[in-house]
Amino acid sequence: MGVEVNKDLCTGCKNSSEPVCVKYCPGDLLMIDDEGKAAIRSMEDCWDCMVCVKLCPHKALETKLPYQLADYKARLVPEIYRSKIIWKTEDIEGQCEVFELQTKTEDSA
Amino acid sequence: MGISETKIESIETDLLIIGGGTSGCLAAVKAREKAPDLDVLILEKAHIERSGCLAAGMNAINAYINPGETPESFVEYVRKDALGLIREDLVLSMAQRLNEVVQDVESWGLPIKKDEDGNYVSRGRWNIKINGEALKPIIASRVKEAGVNVLNRVVVTNYLMSEDNEVIGAIGFGVRDGKCYVVRAGATIIATGGTAGLYKPNNDGSAHHKIWYSPFNTGGGYAMGIRAGAEMTSFEMRFIALRIKDIVAPTGTLALGFGATQVNSLGERFMQDKFADMGAEGAPTPIRVYGPTREVKEGRGPVFMDTTHLTDEEVKELKASYLNMYPDLILYWAANNFDPGKEPIEIEGTEPYLVGGHAQAGYWINTRRETTLKGLYAAGDVAGGAPYKFVSGCWAEGVIAAENAVEYIKNKQESKSEQSDLTKKLWDEYNRIYAPLEREKGVKPREMEERLQKVMDEYAGGVSRYYEMNERELKLALKNIKRLQEQIEFLKADNLHELMNCHEVVDRIDVAEVLVNHLLYRRETRWPAYQTRTDYPGRDDQEWLKFVNSRREQDGVKMLEKSYEKLVK
Repeated sequence: MGVEVNKDLCTGCKNSSEPVCVKYCPGDLLMIDDEGKAAIRSMEDCWDCMVCVKLCPHKALETKLPYQLADYKARLVPEIYRSKIIWKTEDIEGQCEVFELQTKTEDSA
Repeated sequence: MGISETKIESIETDLLIIGGGTSGCLAAVKAREKAPDLDVLILEKAHIERSGCLAAGMNAINAYINPGETPESFVEYVRKDALGLIREDLVLSMAQRLNEVVQDVESWGLPIKKDEDGNYVSRGRWNIKINGEALKPIIASRVKEAGVNVLNRVVVTNYLMSEDNEVIGAIGFGVRDGKCYVVRAGATIIATGGTAGLYKPNNDGSAHHKIWYSPFNTGGGYAMGIRAGAEMTSFEMRFIALRIKDIVAPTGTLALGFGATQVNSLGERFMQDKFADMGAEGAPTPIRVYGPTREVKEGRGPVFMDTTHLTDEEVKELKASYLNMYPDLILYWAANNFDPGKEPIEIEGTEPYLVGGHAQAGYWINTRRETTLKGLYAAGDVAGGAPYKFVSGCWAEGVIAAENAVEYIKNKQESKSEQSDLTKKLWDEYNRIYAPLEREKGVKPREMEERLQKVMDEYAGGVSRYYEMNERELKLALKNIKRLQEQIEFLKADNLHELMNCHEVVDRIDVAEVLVNHLLYRRETRWPAYQTRTDYPGRDDQEWLKFVNSRREQDGVKMLEKSYEKLVK
């Protein structure tokens, strides 16, 4: 449960006043660690809302379900666009599915 | 950091809204529309862009008056669903505003699915389908455009009170800056949501936050009202959700959107076999939790929702629908190689929550959404008496609260005198807020939370007890809660995040005390599963078709009764 940070991709968003993952986590669970990278305070306190994963500009975060509930290796990766989101799933056998969903009406986006 | 390093930030505003979830945001926008000169401030524990129940999104609006229905037929339905007892004045006044608020939010950018004729696509009597992944960001943008002031990452801990018991603002602390915020306001709307985390959850350890209701909704608004002596109602009508096992995702999508029915391990459609007189699959919501729970208790579990009739295309549509709301379910299925078109989906009841928007625990309010404390209005999950609000009902209630709070501010006499001992009270609260940071040794908030959850699970009808309870158990629960209240002075935080966690557990202990008093007081079983008294197993309309209310006073929780009034035939 929680998010895994890819430290190679995470830049710590040094040029912003507050990295988006830290700024928006509804549980105040993300922070910047001593190496200047994103880190989660406690994996078990995450609600899996995926806000940080969706918003990370470097795609450095990935949701991991707690092992007591789910096998290792499956993936769910969101990509956010102006008025849509594209979800890519990969199950444990490597089968992929893609979903494209509207998120905002065209004129409001 | 210690108290000596903390700074105090004093703020004045016309309208203070505590909680920037879906209800608070709608209240803020409506207040600015109605009175553009008004200074409106939201204090939010997280960040309004993605805070509250809608962080991950929503896939349906579940309180909407579809063609052929009326606000009155809605009240009739909700009354039946809540087994006869609701505040019809509140449900009706909310229902009259549902369609208007939905259309408002649609005009801000929410995609609502439409058929070829341009009508909303319904999903059951009161439901319409939406693409709501970005519902909260859409609303947050509108808050910004409306010129509302927002302070994110501020945890409010108590109200400021005037000499004549009027709420004149609130006090809290910043989770980022550590500052103490003292906000004086002309009127205040409380919109902090309900509470999770009172009971031991279905999953433990590394999955303890894999729960249905937002684990970050921790009863702050209830607790502040309790401590300030506000009258509360119907805490005994807990909410237990019927959810997909392990991942605890909603099942309404399966039942309403995809025609799935409940079956037990013998393949029996037990809701139809055993609850036909109550509506079978369409039985009142508590019964739809009680039914499967009893199947498991009596050895006919596990229970499932049968989706094996779905085609590949429908399964894909089902997955898309969940991605708009509970995306981790799709990851869970991918990780466990699960295909809902081939196997039925296992379901279970969650641990009990207090939620005024599904059930009806909350502040006792009038149709203006005014609480029993002058100057304080309530909206959304924190407001009582009106179940079946869901998202759109919370919007309607936010709008009604805002309209009346604005009127209150306009008609208000020039500033009421503050309590003569306000300064002392402020310092007491200041010390209460920061005390856990001062302690070198003590109890961590997570430890105290686990203790509370264990007590509630075992003695106040948690998951492990199939939601059942009796008087002896409830009295033991109270005894343990009182011990916990005495332990609060040992709570310890190492940083501001943990300080927030400390107050979240303190709030839940205060809420739990009131909840158990309510559970003890109602000597019947009105809402099976939500409120199952094994020592009073039947429903008794003669004696108990009335509201159980309470107010905390100097010497403890005082119980009150309020009558039920039928408005709609």
